[in-house]
Amino acid sequence: MMTSNRLTLAAAAAAIGWLMTFVPARAQEEGGVPLKASHADIKDLQSLQRGARNFMNYCSGCHSMQYLRYNRMAADLKIPEKDMPANLMFTSEKPFDTIVSAMPADAAGWFGKQPPDLSLMARARGVDYIYSFLKGFYVDNTRPWGVNNIYLPNVAMPHVLASLQGLQKPVFKNEPDANGNPHMVLSGVELMSPGALSPEEYDRFVRDLANFLDYAGEPVKAKRETLGVFITLFLLAGFALVWMLKKEYWKDVH
Amino acid sequence: MAGASGSAQPSKGLLGWIDERFPLTTLWKSQVAEYYAPKNFNFWYYFGSLALLVLVNQLLTGIWLTMNYKPSSAEAFASVEYIMRDVDWGWLIRYMHSTGASAFFIVVYLHMFRALLYGSHRKPRELLWIFGCLIFLVLMAEAFMGYVLPWGNMSFWGAQVITSLFGSIPVIGGALLEWIRGDFVIADATLNRFFALHVAALPLALLLLVAVHLTALHETGSNNPDGIEIHDHEDEQGRPLDGIPFHPYYTVKDLVGVMGFLIIFFGIIFFAPSFGGLFLEPANFEPANPMQTPPHIAPVWYFTPFYAMLRAVPSFMGTQVWGVLVMGAAILVLFFLPWLDRSPVRSIRYRGPIYKIMLAIFVVSFVILAVCGMKPPAGIYPMLARVCTVLYFAFFLLMPWYTRIDPVKPVPQRVTG
Repeated sequence: MMTSNRLTLAAAAAAIGWLMTFVPARAQEEGGVPLKASHADIKDLQSLQRGARNFMNYCSGCHSMQYLRYNRMAADLKIPEKDMPANLMFTSEKPFDTIVSAMPADAAGWFGKQPPDLSLMARARGVDYIYSFLKGFYVDNTRPWGVNNIYLPNVAMPHVLASLQGLQKPVFKNEPDANGNPHMVLSGVELMSPGALSPEEYDRFVRDLANFLDYAGEPVKAKRETLGVFITLFLLAGFALVWMLKKEYWKDVH
Repeated sequence: MAGASGSAQPSKGLLGWIDERFPLTTLWKSQVAEYYAPKNFNFWYYFGSLALLVLVNQLLTGIWLTMNYKPSSAEAFASVEYIMRDVDWGWLIRYMHSTGASAFFIVVYLHMFRALLYGSHRKPRELLWIFGCLIFLVLMAEAFMGYVLPWGNMSFWGAQVITSLFGSIPVIGGALLEWIRGDFVIADATLNRFFALHVAALPLALLLLVAVHLTALHETGSNNPDGIEIHDHEDEQGRPLDGIPFHPYYTVKDLVGVMGFLIIFFGIIFFAPSFGGLFLEPANFEPANPMQTPPHIAPVWYFTPFYAMLRAVPSFMGTQVWGVLVMGAAILVLFFLPWLDRSPVRSIRYRGPIYKIMLAIFVVSFVILAVCGMKPPAGIYPMLARVCTVLYFAFFLLMPWYTRIDPVKPVPQRVTG
């Protein structure tokens, strides 16, 4: 009877495993171009600090982060609070305030839509999406800001980081349509004129930024994972204890 | 046997004082210390006590969430982020509650599957099974309304889709829909009433049904993997030979199940609380936006088998109500299971190959339906969902026939361990 039980268990495990293969497909974005892996590490404090600097300097003019407080960020990222006003707080907010943007309510009229709050962008779209998106701008003169994005077609946002990255041109590939006729589809981007940063430096710049947005999406994430190790060890010890207790009590059951 | 001695003389001290006014010792003995359970429970018998554990988890974490949650369309989303960021340990309480919702369905599905394995719904446990089905039904309503509360965009659009099912009912649909929503669209009024139902009405119904479910269980006694009655063979004092007192034997054994469960449960909470978008969906980290439909609306994983059935049925005579009826029937048919099963034996151990094959097909179709419900209705998925819907119903509706012709093995007199 035990073997039939094990078989059922194995079948159940296989079914769940098979089900799980569908999970990554859910997180995928529309558009069809596969995302680039960011390799962002939420436990890399220096990366997060650089990301915070990048965000405050390049993003916070338009994008708010309405659920992240300055002092929370200072504490989590180990930035002395006295250094905050000079380096990261450019407006007259108090340390316990959240990060609001300078964008007036009618900014939608300037861009076609209000620049979204970025507190939860990493949770809604994924850190790899943010990394890819910031690497996905290309020159498209049909668009109001002269740029488009392969990860978010017809993006409303201008390429704010163009001075750092430089300009990219689209790369097309021939993918015959259903009738076998040639059909050009967008397959990637290619650097056309370099910016102030080398491609490697720019990758690091946006990786830090994506990493910071991942932190902002769930400030407790790194602490949660560290704590999880101890909780798991504690529960494993508890499991061993109750297992022995059960063995002891069940000695006389035949 | 432990706990059986000293029952003759009345207890003294505080316990004696209480026993003269409330049957504490009597209850403890009849329901726990001298409640005899079969000694051959296996892995599948952990999920009842685990369901109870998850229920307690949901009640406690739910109470603490309620202390900081704001049931208004203007404040709900921000109040959840307030809990996640500013409330001490709020993130842990919230993750315990959101992971608990999925865990509830995992243990309940496995608990119900156990009944299919060992015939736990068969006479004389029909009412026990029906109370269990009612618990499942209330749990679905509870989970759906809880999902709406964070007021993310998927909460909003999920509520839009599910409530609109009632609108497909001919004649009264429109008025009914408006009555349920409390507005012409999903709005503040809807959120408010869903909150009321989620934190008060439905938990009360759940607790009551669980009490009734356990009362019925202790009346009939537990089934076991051999599907035979342990009370058919008793010693001279009326104790079943193959039974052991629930306490301490199953209290310590269930503790092992609890610890094993907690390792997985907290493993998910601490290392993958979104569970790859299955437990907390990415689209729900964007606030509810009536102007922006998510590219693909899908319910949380535990509803997707039924959602797939809903979508599998094509519109007919200009109405979508048939899909709603099929989905309702998929749940309703569970209630009739004790009478659909005509096998002379209960346990799968002594059933023939037909039931085993049908059960395997049923499980596979249920899993495929779950996947279909997550996917956009394109490509092979609609056809796959239709085939699996038919197979799901075939398991139940053909049961009176195939369980009768299925050859069975001789059933042992005593449990086989």
